[in-house]
Amino acid sequence: MGRDVAIIGIGSTNYTPMTTEYSYKELMFEAALKAYEDAGINPRKELDALVTAAEDFWEGVSIFDEYIPDQMGAVLKPALTVSGDGLWGIIHGYMLVKTGYFDIVAVEAHSKASDIDNIMDVWRIALDPHYHRPIVDNVHMFAGLEMMRFMEEYNVSREALSMIVVKNRYNALYNPMAPYGTKTDIETVSNSEVVSYPLRKMDISEYSDGATVVVLASREVAEKYDKEPIWIEGVGWISDSPNIEEWDLACPSHVVLAASMAYSQANIDNPFKEIDLAEVDDRYSYREFQSLVALDLTNGYMMDELVFEGVISPSGELPVNPSGGYLGMGYPLEAGGLVKLYNAVVQLRGEAGPMQVGDVEKAVVMTRREFPSPSSAVVVLGR
Amino acid sequence: MDKNVKLPGTPYSSDDFKKGKIPYVEDVPKARYTWSAGIAMSRFLEELKNGRIVARKCHECGRVYVPPRMFCSYCFRPTDEWVYVKDTGRVNTAVVSYIGADRGKLGEPLVVAVIELDGASEGMGILHKLGNVDPEDVKNRKVFNMRVRAVWKKPEEREGAITDILYFEPIE
Ligand SMILES: [Zn+2]
Repeated sequence: MGRDVAIIGIGSTNYTPMTTEYSYKELMFEAALKAYEDAGINPRKELDALVTAAEDFWEGVSIFDEYIPDQMGAVLKPALTVSGDGLWGIIHGYMLVKTGYFDIVAVEAHSKASDIDNIMDVWRIALDPHYHRPIVDNVHMFAGLEMMRFMEEYNVSREALSMIVVKNRYNALYNPMAPYGTKTDIETVSNSEVVSYPLRKMDISEYSDGATVVVLASREVAEKYDKEPIWIEGVGWISDSPNIEEWDLACPSHVVLAASMAYSQANIDNPFKEIDLAEVDDRYSYREFQSLVALDLTNGYMMDELVFEGVISPSGELPVNPSGGYLGMGYPLEAGGLVKLYNAVVQLRGEAGPMQVGDVEKAVVMTRREFPSPSSAVVVLGR
Repeated sequence: MDKNVKLPGTPYSSDDFKKGKIPYVEDVPKARYTWSAGIAMSRFLEELKNGRIVARKCHECGRVYVPPRMFCSYCFRPTDEWVYVKDTGRVNTAVVSYIGADRGKLGEPLVVAVIELDGASEGMGILHKLGNVDPEDVKNRKVFNMRVRAVWKKPEEREGAITDILYFEPIE
């Protein structure tokens, strides 16, 4: 259906807890400069359109799309902003190329989380003002509710959840763009401060700042460049009802459906067998397991087995979040999905250095738009 | 409105809200930010304190950006050099506003202009207030190409903000 779409360039700043010295525009410029250099294009001549993923409330500026073209080489070009995660941005860019009207499209997302003085109050504004704000104090309570249900139905031990944190933060030690790499242990994670029981402080990814840019192109254009193209083989995105009461809290339907949409486009019948690498949502420790369940990537293993038997370690049958995930790279708000995609592309190209998990032919990238939004996006990449 | 017109529906007044006759939810969104000004804007604001307007120049196309940017939007490359531009210029366009942000009538009409600064590239400059300009001169279009100069706050009152320039006024 339509023409094939490739990723021909990627660029990113490092992700760090604070970036007080740079404006978001300067971060975006750095990422864009690197991505266009990687793609080997001059954006002023060759860029056909720009998509950014941004949320006004994170920026503190409404109608944020007005501020995006300058630092992206997109002045006086078609540009649009998706109010969502960067992976939704990729899907919109992919669709633009599919139309046949755009050959080269850049997708950008960034985080300036450290500029937000009271981020929990901003999360609170996302809660339903009539039903939820008077009842629920903070969004981590939603995570606690989901975590409780998931642990119950999938029989997950506290130790296995802590081990996810240990694994991802250790993986991040090998990722030069990740700020939260460390060697920690199960006991430390399991005894960290309770936030919303059963959720503890170290189960929650810390925030990070940075910017990432991805350049998409049609097959005709991609094949003209030296760089090995990475193909977008399938995309899926789904939104559930906003009522938490209706959700499948153990295995989110929106992830299951987004995955089946992406898998069917990519002709994937047996995901665990066919996929070599998964960069999936781990905003909270339990989410890594939950994402794997919903993406049909457990191959019948119990949750505890997945992590304790090394199935999802960088050298395992299915490496999951070898980048360190959100737990290791930080949760960069709407840049989250794009950072995961960036790391998957690096692996597919075989350019991940000490992070490289071996030969990667196919990868899946998945993220959610976070509570209270019951929505997710899935992208299947291949060489 | 004609008081004799009978409108459909249930009439209510703001008093009814205060008395709790009408159910409603009150909630104030709290969102506070500490924006990083970044390299270009930080220097620009710092220089305003010194009574100077600083810009960035791109050596490839020669554009002089004010307010400064660390990148040339047209060449898509980093800009190369800090340069000062003058605090004088000419009016590109102007507006006279008789109402404030809350739509209340202003005591004195507010004149705001797009000013192309001397030393900056064509189309680069500053959006600022005009002072000592008769609103009639905007209406009769005398304001076009009017030569103006910045009127600064006293050095000890400047705080590194765009308001360190009080307004631009005509050069006699
Ligand atoms: Zn230039």
